[in-house]
Amino acid sequence: MKPAPFTYHRPLNIDEAARILADVAEHDGRIIAGGQSLAPMMAFRVARPQHLVDIDEIVALDVLCIEDATLRIGARVRHSRFVPGAIAGPTGEIFAKVMPNIANYSVRSRGTFCGSLAHADPASEWCALATLLDAEIIARSVRGERRIPVSAYFDGAMSTTLAPDEIIIEARIPVLREETRTGFYEFSRRKGDFAIAMAIVAFGVENGRITSPRVSVGGAEAYPRRIREAERALDGAAPGADAFAAAAEAAAAAVDPMEDAVTDAAYRRDIVRAATRRALEQAMQ
Amino acid sequence: MTRHTIQLKINEQTRTISVDARKTLLDALREDCNLTGAHAGCEHGVCGACTVIVEGEPVRSCLMFAVQAEGKTIRTVEGLAQGGALHPMQKAFTEQHAVQCGYCTPGFLMLTVAALEKTPDMDDDALREVVASNLCRCTGYENILAAVRIAADDMRRRT
Repeated sequence: MKPAPFTYHRPLNIDEAARILADVAEHDGRIIAGGQSLAPMMAFRVARPQHLVDIDEIVALDVLCIEDATLRIGARVRHSRFVPGAIAGPTGEIFAKVMPNIANYSVRSRGTFCGSLAHADPASEWCALATLLDAEIIARSVRGERRIPVSAYFDGAMSTTLAPDEIIIEARIPVLREETRTGFYEFSRRKGDFAIAMAIVAFGVENGRITSPRVSVGGAEAYPRRIREAERALDGAAPGADAFAAAAEAAAAAVDPMEDAVTDAAYRRDIVRAATRRALEQAMQ
Repeated sequence: MTRHTIQLKINEQTRTISVDARKTLLDALREDCNLTGAHAGCEHGVCGACTVIVEGEPVRSCLMFAVQAEGKTIRTVEGLAQGGALHPMQKAFTEQHAVQCGYCTPGFLMLTVAALEKTPDMDDDALREVVASNLCRCTGYENILAAVRIAADDMRRRT
């Protein structure tokens, strides 16, 4: 038994979960759903919550559908749900491209999309994708419902603007236009390991020119962000090697890479450059 | 801290056990149910030696608290063989020498059985991807893959 002792709560609906969390939030009460990030941290005792509020039995959080051109992802939707064809159009395509890179088969059958957003690991694929797609995070507490745009959500490595008594109940994502092209490239040392850097891109091509380009880089900084310099390099350009190299260079120049014992800033910057170029190339295939 | 009396449906038998909230499903299986087939390896979700099948999904039992498994259907390696006949995956592991020290074996069996029951017609890339989920510290992956390929064919023929 490696985790520190805690009190376990299993609410059966969202209101009950919000009430319990309101009571225990000040005692380091935490939400658990799939638990594929929180449970390892508890095993190491890096996290020692005194209360766990398990939302994994709340069936209403299973929603995964497109409504009014918005993809709704409930807090109990697991990574493995995003297989090819599960969601229509280019939005579904990019989810399906990203999904197999998350951890491994078993973890994907239990971990959740919203849980990844809550955990906010710098190397999280879903956080980078939510950033690309301008997701909105729906936070619920006894005080009501709050909608947090992803641009105002992350505020550091594994740190967010979510209040201690708020539960992410859903993420909402405006779907991409039908003809949008998407690409994803991630580099890590081992299959399923944390990414050293990744890039996710989306753009249209009209009359031989790139329109509405989006570039999201994850794993390089404390949290993922859109790289406007790279998007400007692409906007209106002819899709191809020159534009992609310019965008990749702009992304590499724009990031302020994290460093650790085995990865210095220059190396991570190189990976950002290569990942951005390869994601753009993949989008044209 | 809370203690919970829970019912687990394990290998078609219902067991009632009393556990602290912090007890993992892995520890509950091993210590409270005398089912020591699921192995404790890294105990933080990396190695997969503890993999069991919960509600049809392969689950790292070190990353699930026993209390979360209340009322759920659990299968462990002890339940794979039926009436003395090895499961096709066990048979293939034996015949292909996919076992070296054996520590990772129960996890690989439960992982691959769950994946192939969900998706029987997995192609070779998908099978490799599934096998990549668990670690074999003897690094005997080629024989594990050979066994899984043969078992996949065998399982398809039997259904």
